[in-house]
Amino acid sequence: MSEGANVTEQRHLTPVLTKRWLSPNSWTLATYEQLEGYTALRKALAAHPDQLIQLIKDSGLRGRGGAGFPAGMKWGFIPQNDSKPHYLVINADEGEPGTCKDVPLMMADPHSLIEGIVITAYAIRANYAAIYVRGEVIHCIRRLHAAVREAYRAGYLGRNILGSGFDLEVVVHAGAGAYICGEETALLDSLEGRRGQPRLKPPFPATAGLYAAPTVVNNVETIATVPYIVNGGSDWFRSMGTEKSPGPKIYSLSGHVEKPGQYEAPLGITLRELLDMAGGMKDGIPLKFWTPGGSSTPLFTADHLDVPLDFEGAAAEGSMLGTTALMIFNETVSVPWAVMKWTEFYKHESCGKCTPCREGTYWLEQILHRMLRGEGTPEDVETMLDVCDNILGRSFCALGDGATSPITSAIKYFRHEFLELCEKNSGGVPAPALAGAQG
Amino acid sequence: MTDEARFPAEAAKGTDEARFPAEAAKGTDEARFPADAAARADLGTPRSNGSSGQVFGEDVRAKAKEIIARYPQSRSALLPLLHLVQSVEGHVSQAGIQFCAEQLDLGIAEVSAVVTFYTMYKRRPCGEHLVSVCTNTLCAALGGDDIYAALKEELGVGHEETAGEAGSPGSVTLEHAECLAACDLAPVLQVNYEFFDRQTPDSAVELVRALRRGERPNPTRGAPLTNFRTAELQLAGFFEGRDADVAGPSAAEETLRGAQLAAERGWTAPAMPDDAPLPPVPEKK
Repeated sequence: MSEGANVTEQRHLTPVLTKRWLSPNSWTLATYEQLEGYTALRKALAAHPDQLIQLIKDSGLRGRGGAGFPAGMKWGFIPQNDSKPHYLVINADEGEPGTCKDVPLMMADPHSLIEGIVITAYAIRANYAAIYVRGEVIHCIRRLHAAVREAYRAGYLGRNILGSGFDLEVVVHAGAGAYICGEETALLDSLEGRRGQPRLKPPFPATAGLYAAPTVVNNVETIATVPYIVNGGSDWFRSMGTEKSPGPKIYSLSGHVEKPGQYEAPLGITLRELLDMAGGMKDGIPLKFWTPGGSSTPLFTADHLDVPLDFEGAAAEGSMLGTTALMIFNETVSVPWAVMKWTEFYKHESCGKCTPCREGTYWLEQILHRMLRGEGTPEDVETMLDVCDNILGRSFCALGDGATSPITSAIKYFRHEFLELCEKNSGGVPAPALAGAQG
Repeated sequence: MTDEARFPAEAAKGTDEARFPAEAAKGTDEARFPADAAARADLGTPRSNGSSGQVFGEDVRAKAKEIIARYPQSRSALLPLLHLVQSVEGHVSQAGIQFCAEQLDLGIAEVSAVVTFYTMYKRRPCGEHLVSVCTNTLCAALGGDDIYAALKEELGVGHEETAGEAGSPGSVTLEHAECLAACDLAPVLQVNYEFFDRQTPDSAVELVRALRRGERPNPTRGAPLTNFRTAELQLAGFFEGRDADVAGPSAAEETLRGAQLAAERGWTAPAMPDDAPLPPVPEKK
């Protein structure tokens, strides 16, 4: 069925999700309908829900929120013919450092998300869906509300959608500033009006999610991809990307590149190829380190320019694809300083529920502050690795694991920079001299 | 399943006083949290029932009902209700907590626990404007730390502190923020959660000076500036009279770069087949 990786020709960008962004007033229903909008919904509502679940399974669509779990499989876990209501929850709590794809998508093309929501809800037999969007992106929230209102008026939401007999309510729910709510079970607790703290799994949301009922939680980009798969079919979708990581993906380039921005390419493209399209490194200053998918994915270096940026390729080199948030740093940036800043973030965002993460991130921050003040010792490097070892795999959720990624990978590739900080011990050289990055 | 079904013990406990007898016995909040007392003093809102009535009028109560009606279970309304509270008060006071507790039939402690968890709920009165500077690694490396330092000096305040009389015209609350999901436009800051992209220390200082003078410069992406409280009303889901806001700019050059480059070079995704079939209905196992 699949053609597999299409490596024979020069790869290029494949705008699917981002194509409509160029159209005037792309966020309006009128523009969306002119550009094939809601045609997939008509096709989907004429089908059996199980055909749609099978289609998404066949397509190989994997979650775009970081973990890459097969979306069709997730939908298939929802028990059918049970007596409980089912829920669809969209994780739009984009907050992973470096990640900036869902917010522009929802601002530019909110109806693609809404169409995906209706199709998905129909497939999993849900009559209520919530878009949990981080509170700090007010313009995005505005656009979502407006699009939902338009969709209700046009009969794409509400009762008896397009005469199909299917009902769906959609609510736009603004969060309140907590990175942890991007973790799906913390998100559900938050959506229930509680502190956003993760739940013990199992039970998984598919059986006990929102209000303890079967729930699918999917990322914005995942669900916005669904209408295209319905229209194009699974073979079309698989004509992009690789066998195990099919489809197009929005890569977000930021940092020391000439032309940062959103680049939609087939999964498996490399940073070398993307950098070429983005005009190369800013001012020609060489690359030092980068993240393939946000700060929770272990760092890569200039040696990793040709790593295929798909789920398997990133993992094979010791990192993760994450959210394809490519934060790119040049030689002017101190690695320990960057790691210290990320660690401050994880410490601030740790929800405090479990001890390894709450205490571990606290002490990691203390150690890094000490090192950056020039008061560290070489033993601090080992202590940090030891603390990380006690967080990784021992925390309640992936936030703790993510907090260790920048530290352990930075020590793996740049141990000398940490040790150099310790040599300056007596001098008490302040951090800003190293923080640099004025390039 | 209802809350009662999931937490039968909790539901059976009834009132706050019954649930938290120790707390009720401890007396006033002022005694327990002296540091917060000053921030609340102007409101004169002790924890007795009905105190929220002095602060929240019928219109706000009507909006609260509207929010609650959006959800299958009322407690889900708590986060938007707290945004609504901030639209009235510019922060979440003890009276605001009381108001939410009343609307949702929750305990004061349950609402307080939520308020203190989330960064966007402010415990002290905010300025007319809230300025949030991203100081996460990527923005910081491109100048975010310098921007924050410049604004601290310009305003003479630190994190979550306010220049000017909170709530008065031209008052500005400053904060450093975590990643704001605009890394391709770094370094960024927000005023009342509207984006000001690609800032420098100079441009940011210029911006807050204008805010202090009572001006409202347009954001790079977002709607024309109003104030913190109006923004909070929108976060609670109320947009009456602000229909034009939705058309505020959203796409920067960076946002469209990939799509633009593809258009210029004639790159497209593979064409879709005319009528792609859906798979047959799978057989039940």
